[in-house]
Amino acid sequence: MTAATEPYVLNIGPQHPSTHGVFRIRVVMDGERIEDIDMVVGYLHRSMEKLAEERTYTQNIPFTDRTDYLAAMSNNLGYCLAAEKLAGVEVPDRASYLRVIFAELQRIASHAMANGQIVSDAGAWQTPLLYMFREREKILDLFEMTCGARLTTNYMRIGGVAYDPPDEFYPAVNALIDELPDRLDEYNELIVDNEIFIARARGVGVISAEDAINASLTGPMLRASGVPWDLRKAEPYAVYDRMDFEIPVTQQGDSYDRFMVRMEEVRQSVRIIRQALDDMPSGAHKTDIPLAIRPEPGEVYSRVEGPRGELGFYLVSDGGPAPYRFHIRPPSLINLSLLRDMAVGASLPDAVVALGSIDIVLGEVDR
Amino acid sequence: MINPVAAVTRLRVMGPAYFPTGIRERIPRPRSRVLLVAAIVFFVVSNAFNVFLGYLIVNGSLDDKWYDFRDLGIGMRELTAWLDTQNASLPSGFDSVGFLGDHWMSYIATGFIGAFAILNFIGIVLLILVWTERRLLARIQVRRGPNRVGPYGLLQPLADALKLIQKETLIPEGADRFLYYLPPVLIFIPLMLVWGVMPWTPNMTYLDVNVGVLYILAVGSLSTLAIFMAGWSSNNHYALLGAMRTIAMMISYAIPQSLSLLAIVLIVGSMNLGDIVAWQSDHNLWLAPLLPLALFSFFFSATAELNRTPNDIAEAESEIVAGFHTEYSGMKFGLYLAVELGNALAVGALVATFFLGGWSLFGLENTLLPPYMIFGVKMAMMYFVFIWLRGTLPRFRLDQLMAFAWKYLIPLTILNVLIVAVEASILARWDVNEFISLGLFTIGNIVIAAVLLRGWSRALGYRPETEPLMHPTLHGTVGGLKEAQRISSVAAAPDAAGSR
Repeated sequence: MTAATEPYVLNIGPQHPSTHGVFRIRVVMDGERIEDIDMVVGYLHRSMEKLAEERTYTQNIPFTDRTDYLAAMSNNLGYCLAAEKLAGVEVPDRASYLRVIFAELQRIASHAMANGQIVSDAGAWQTPLLYMFREREKILDLFEMTCGARLTTNYMRIGGVAYDPPDEFYPAVNALIDELPDRLDEYNELIVDNEIFIARARGVGVISAEDAINASLTGPMLRASGVPWDLRKAEPYAVYDRMDFEIPVTQQGDSYDRFMVRMEEVRQSVRIIRQALDDMPSGAHKTDIPLAIRPEPGEVYSRVEGPRGELGFYLVSDGGPAPYRFHIRPPSLINLSLLRDMAVGASLPDAVVALGSIDIVLGEVDR
Repeated sequence: MINPVAAVTRLRVMGPAYFPTGIRERIPRPRSRVLLVAAIVFFVVSNAFNVFLGYLIVNGSLDDKWYDFRDLGIGMRELTAWLDTQNASLPSGFDSVGFLGDHWMSYIATGFIGAFAILNFIGIVLLILVWTERRLLARIQVRRGPNRVGPYGLLQPLADALKLIQKETLIPEGADRFLYYLPPVLIFIPLMLVWGVMPWTPNMTYLDVNVGVLYILAVGSLSTLAIFMAGWSSNNHYALLGAMRTIAMMISYAIPQSLSLLAIVLIVGSMNLGDIVAWQSDHNLWLAPLLPLALFSFFFSATAELNRTPNDIAEAESEIVAGFHTEYSGMKFGLYLAVELGNALAVGALVATFFLGGWSLFGLENTLLPPYMIFGVKMAMMYFVFIWLRGTLPRFRLDQLMAFAWKYLIPLTILNVLIVAVEASILARWDVNEFISLGLFTIGNIVIAAVLLRGWSRALGYRPETEPLMHPTLHGTVGGLKEAQRISSVAAAPDAAGSR
C-alpha cells in the first residue's frame, strides 16, 4: 500500500507576521514543499492616483509620503523632480544638496528596516531589527528636527525644500555618519558571519541576471543579481553627478546577496552624505513659485533611485492646476512579481525569507 | 550542511544598552529616608542572623537534625519515620490499606507535601521567569523591557496572568471540542512529573527512583501527544504544520538525547540522578569537561525539544504564526506559555544535574551554602544561556534540523558512546589511578570532541563561506546584461572560487 498525500491550500495573510503589511498569498503546499502560490494584492489600495487628479501639484506631495511610508523623502524627491520637469522650475543648488542628503539618509533608514526585517523573517527574535532601529531612530530624529515629522515628512517642495535644517542638525548628522561605519561592523559580527543566517539565506530565492532584467527588476534586487545598474549614475538627478560613489554588485542573486548589497549601499550613502555636507553651498533653499502652478499641457516621466529601486512618476498636464494623470511606477510591486518563481519548489521558510529579501512596502504595492 | 558549532561560538551579547541621546531622559525617583533606614536595619539584622547560622553550622549542632535547613530531606525522613511508627500502632484493619501497604500514612503525607511543593515552586518560579526573560531579552535588544507595573516592572507577570485569565477562550469552528480542551491540561503533567526526580540535595529528592534517567526520557516525550492533539483538533493548517514539525523533531532528537545520557550512565554506573551527582561530587569532576560531546548533543537536542531558538521551528512565528497553539487564546494559551518556560528551566536543571555537578560545588556545599541554592544557581545559569540564544540566533529550517540530527548528532553520539564505553571499562576492570586516568580521559575527550565536531562537518561537505564571494564588488560605471556577464566571468576566476 502506498500513502498518497494531497496538496492543500495554506492561506498566508492578509494578517500574518511576515507579510510586512496586508499582503495575501494563497500557497498550495505538498507537505512542507510549495507547489504553487497565488499572490493577492490590493488590501491597502487607497486610490491615490485617482485622488491626485483632484488636487493641485503641491497638494499631491503628502500623497507620495504615504505610498512608500518607509522612504517618504525619496518619494517626495521623485515627485518634485517630475513636477519641476513638467513646469520647468529651476532648483537652487543648496536645495539640491539638501535633497541628496535627505534622500540618502532615508535610504539608510529604509535599508536598516529591510535588513533587520529579513533576519527576523529568518527567525531571529527581533534582535537585529531592534539594533538597526537604533540608527533608524536617529535618522528619524534628524527628520523631525528639520521638518517636524518622522515618517510622513512632506519635506520636499516643487522648486526646493520646505525648510533649511536648523543649526543643531549639522553636528547631529556628522556624529551619525561618523559612527555608522562602526555600527555596520557590529552588524557584520552579529549577522553577516552568522552561520545560521548564511544557511537560511544562501541559495534562497535565486534570480539570474537575465531573469532580473526581463522582469524589469530594479534596485538592490537587480544589483544582487550581478547587474551594475543605478539611476544615480546612469541618469544623474539633483547633484549626484558631483558625488563620488560606487555601485555594489554581487553575483549569486540570492537573498543573502540582497542583504549584503543593502549593507554596502549604506556605506556608500554615508560617503555621499559626507561629500554633500562638505560641498553644500549657502543660499536659498527654494525658489518662490506660486502654490497652484499651471504647467503647460504635456507629459513627463521622471525617475529616481529609491531604496527599493526605480521609482518613477508619470505626470500629464492639461494646463489646469491639477495633474490630468498621476501615475507611480512602484518598484515594490514590480520586484514582487518574481516571488512565484522564487517560491515554487522551495519550502515555506525559504519563501518567507525570499519575500523578506524583496523588501516590499504594501503602501507602495497597493497605493 | 551547516556547522552549528561555528554559529554558537560566534554568539555575542552586544555592548551596553545604548539609547539615542536627548530623547528619553531619566525620570528622577524620589528618595525616601524610610527606605534608607529600612535598608540599614535589614543589613544589620541579616548579617547578625548569618553569623548565628554560621556558628550553628561550625558547631555541628545542625548536622542530621530535622531542622537542618541545608537539607530539607532530613526533616521529611524524620516525618516519614514518625508516621510509620504511628501507622504501626493503628488497630489492625487500618494499618494496611490496599496497594499502599502498611506505610499508607507516610505515602499519602509525602505525596501531598511533594505535590504541593512542586506545584508552588513551578507557579512562583514561572512568574519570576517571565519577568527575567523579558527584561534580559530587552537588555540584549537595546530596550528597557517591562518597567511600568510595580518596581522594575516586577508585577508585570501578574498583570499578564490576570489579563490572560480574563480573556475569552475562542473555539474555532470545526474544532474537535474534547481534543481541543484537553491538551493545555495534558501538557502540564509532564512538566510537573519531571521535577519529581530532581536531586536538590543529597537527601532531598521527591522521587528517588533508581531508573531516573529512563524516567526523564519517558516523561519528556509525553508532551508529544498533547502537542499533536492540539495541532490536529484546532482545524487549522498552521497548527497542523506546527504539530507535524514538533513530532518529527521530537522523534529525531530523542535518539541523540538518549545516547548522550547513555554515555553518562556508562561512566557513572547508575541511572539514579542522585548517584550521578554524587559521582561528580566524589570525584570532584563535573561531567561537562569529561563528556563534552554528550553535553553538546544533549543541550542541542534539548533546545530542539523545547522549541527554543535556534530550533523553534514548531512555533516559527514568521512562518506558521504560532505553530500548534495558533488557535488557543486566553488562559489556554497562558498554560502553553507557562509550560514552555517551565520546560526550559527543567532542562536547565537537567543539564546542571547531569553535567554541572548538580548540588555539589567542590566541597563547599556542606559549609555555608545550602546545596539546593547551588543547584538553583546552576539552573538559572543554564536558563540564562537559553535566553541568550533566543536573543541572538536566527532559526534553522526543518530539513536542516533533521539533517543535523540524523547525519551529524546521531553518528557522533554513537561514536561517543563507544569511546566512553572503553574508558568506563578501563576504569572498572584495571587497577588504575583514578585521578590520573580521569584527567587523561578529560583531556582526550575534549580533543576528540573538537576533532569530531569539526571533522565530521567537513566530511559531510561543509565548507565555510569564502570572503570574496560574501562581499559585494564595487563598480564605478553602470552597465546592462553584457557588463553583468563580464563581471561574473571575472568573479568566477579561480582565485575567488569556493562553494558551499
